[in-house]
Amino acid sequence: MRRGIAATALVAALGVTLAACGSDSGSNGGGSKGSGELSGTVTWWDTSTVGSEDKVFKKVAEDFKKKHPKVTVKYVNVPFGEAQNKFKNAAQSGSGAPDVIRSEVAWTPEFADLGYLAPLDGTPALKNSEDFLKQAAASTQYKGKTYGVPQVIDSMGIFYNKKIFKEAGVEVPKTIDELKTVSAKIKQKTGKPGLYLRGDDAYWFLSFLYGEGGDLVDAEKKTVTVDNAAGVKGFKVVKDLVDSGAAKTDATDGWNNMQTAFKDGKVAMMINGPWAVADTYAGKEFKDKANLGIAPVPAGSAGQGAPQGGHNLAVYAGSKNLDASYAFAEYMTSAETQATVAKELSLLPTRQSVYIKSDVATNEMITFFKPVVDKAVERPWIPETGSLFAPLVTEYTKVLTGQTSPDAGAKATGDAYRKLLKDWK
Amino acid sequence: MAVDTPSQSVAKAAGDSVARGRSRGTGKPRGAAKRSLSTHWYAWAMVAPVIVVIAVIIGYPLIRGIYLSLTDANERNVARSIGVNEIPATYEFVGLDNYTEALTGNQFLSTLGWTLVWTVSCVALTFALGLALANILNRKIAGRSAYRLLLILPWAVPGFVSVFAWRFLYNQDNGLLNKLLAGGGIDAVPWLNDPTWAKFSVILVNVWLGVPFMMVALLGGLQSIPGEMYEAAEMDGANAWQRFRHITMPGLRSVSTTVILLSTIWTFNMFPVIFLLTRGGPGEATQILVTQAYKFSFEVSPRDFAQSSTWGVLILVLLMLFAAVYRRVLRKQGEVW
Repeated sequence: MRRGIAATALVAALGVTLAACGSDSGSNGGGSKGSGELSGTVTWWDTSTVGSEDKVFKKVAEDFKKKHPKVTVKYVNVPFGEAQNKFKNAAQSGSGAPDVIRSEVAWTPEFADLGYLAPLDGTPALKNSEDFLKQAAASTQYKGKTYGVPQVIDSMGIFYNKKIFKEAGVEVPKTIDELKTVSAKIKQKTGKPGLYLRGDDAYWFLSFLYGEGGDLVDAEKKTVTVDNAAGVKGFKVVKDLVDSGAAKTDATDGWNNMQTAFKDGKVAMMINGPWAVADTYAGKEFKDKANLGIAPVPAGSAGQGAPQGGHNLAVYAGSKNLDASYAFAEYMTSAETQATVAKELSLLPTRQSVYIKSDVATNEMITFFKPVVDKAVERPWIPETGSLFAPLVTEYTKVLTGQTSPDAGAKATGDAYRKLLKDWK
Repeated sequence: MAVDTPSQSVAKAAGDSVARGRSRGTGKPRGAAKRSLSTHWYAWAMVAPVIVVIAVIIGYPLIRGIYLSLTDANERNVARSIGVNEIPATYEFVGLDNYTEALTGNQFLSTLGWTLVWTVSCVALTFALGLALANILNRKIAGRSAYRLLLILPWAVPGFVSVFAWRFLYNQDNGLLNKLLAGGGIDAVPWLNDPTWAKFSVILVNVWLGVPFMMVALLGGLQSIPGEMYEAAEMDGANAWQRFRHITMPGLRSVSTTVILLSTIWTFNMFPVIFLLTRGGPGEATQILVTQAYKFSFEVSPRDFAQSSTWGVLILVLLMLFAAVYRRVLRKQGEVW
């Protein structure tokens, strides 16, 4: 009989342990049911630059509590380079995903296609949606529904150190050829390399590709265009910039190396976007903000083109607190919040009404970037757009480090795209 | 069995799966299993949780991985349930297509080539260095324990911390290594930015990480070799090299065969060093099989679960083949392992 008791106890103990494992742990629900007042927790994954932008966004996000005292905002900064995969992992497994994510424009249709995002039409998230810039709103649409609220919009330009330019006695280059002569002169006069070109992120390659008249894909004709003559030329241009010493590059830690080199005055120019402005101003060369010059990206043989980018706020379809999440997305993209962010971080608003506010209208960075954004090259907002960078960056780095030729690199990228985009030419 | 108490059935339930597991292994008739159950049921009940845990954390993923490698599963067609959206799985069974593709394609074989170079050079270098250091530290030298402590340091620091430290050292513009070289008037070395240098750099870090283990294991082996043998050899006029060749090496065999096997398996699958230093880059220059399998599953988009599992299964098969061949070779040489 004693045996029996022991065995029963053992089995009971096992049973309890198993039950404990299986119990539902995620119940941070809440919402507005009944009283009409929002409550609960909203977790937000931000992807902004750590050390400069994140502080402002954290503060703004947590101020949501002032409007909705019962809602707690949990701010999490996820490095931009990891956020896409991290979100997909969490969203698919259903655990650890945030309620709201700052989704890059190219990721939004992809997440929507995978079923991870909640459609926002008819929710409070899209308040005054007619105020949004058309370009910014384009990436939030997928199959006739809206899956994101535009938060910021951006493009790229040349950031240059005015002091070094003066020292070398050069003007801002307008074309790639000028860029090469300017770089050579800077090198000769100051011993510093002219341009820093990121070699570990293919986004920095786009303006050179567009400059030669190339593009990644042509969505209307369902054609892969990255490996056509213009695409190959784009690869040749960047390779030539690096080989001729006009640009210096890196295959690892590109972002940090670029920012450090530029902020410390070790390189005269970099190509970058509004997201880098706050971080750059923190550098010792730019204590005097006037030392930072900005100009359009140099034109290639076919003209000048910079990519249009930006970020949306999207709501996770599996969120346990959808109502508060909608309200949070609305708050973070409201004209008032955008004006604060624009003032403090020089990020470009997505609402027309914000541009006429006096703080914003006089911001040098924003007044420069707005016309650039207006004519920036828009990517096709198809679900696969978010997948186009992984194959491109491998080949781009291989070309820059001399592991493959521009022709072979372009071809390999094209082949990878055709595998990805079934039935495309 | 006649004295069945009501609780007996409960006990059986707990040990049930175990009894089946054992009878399958030994092929004994059912009666024996029953008898074993009735006499040792308590032991079975005690090991049951371990077996369940192992089945859950090793068996299930393994079988699931093999299954996925026979399908075309990727991020777009697996089942997912997100809030109100219920999306059923639509991936299909494709047989051995993934394996044919991997084995006939260029990518797997070229990655395998570099993985082999990486494994052989890392294991050879760590073994040689570990053996040399172990021999030095086996002598009576001043400050021996301090040296031993210092040499074991790379092992004591968590792997990812030291790899990150190396990454800072290797940084082309701001890294300490290049600053030191610049002091000596040498141009900056593109440690992680040039394909060939990157290969050299990752091997160097892995050797640095792997030496302490080799050293400690071999030092243990050295200390178990009786000193009388060296004395006798000296009496017979054997020089240092002869003593090393004919006493030390054979005396270390049982230890060295084991550490080489372990080290080979670890290095073959050394994910953190490659991933944290170069992420397989520049381009794909330092990508080994496991990091590439990870890339398929977590970095490319849409995430390709089928191909990733295929590579995973192939890695397992390769390592099992290696272990089998290694064992056979050793057995032929009269080694019991």
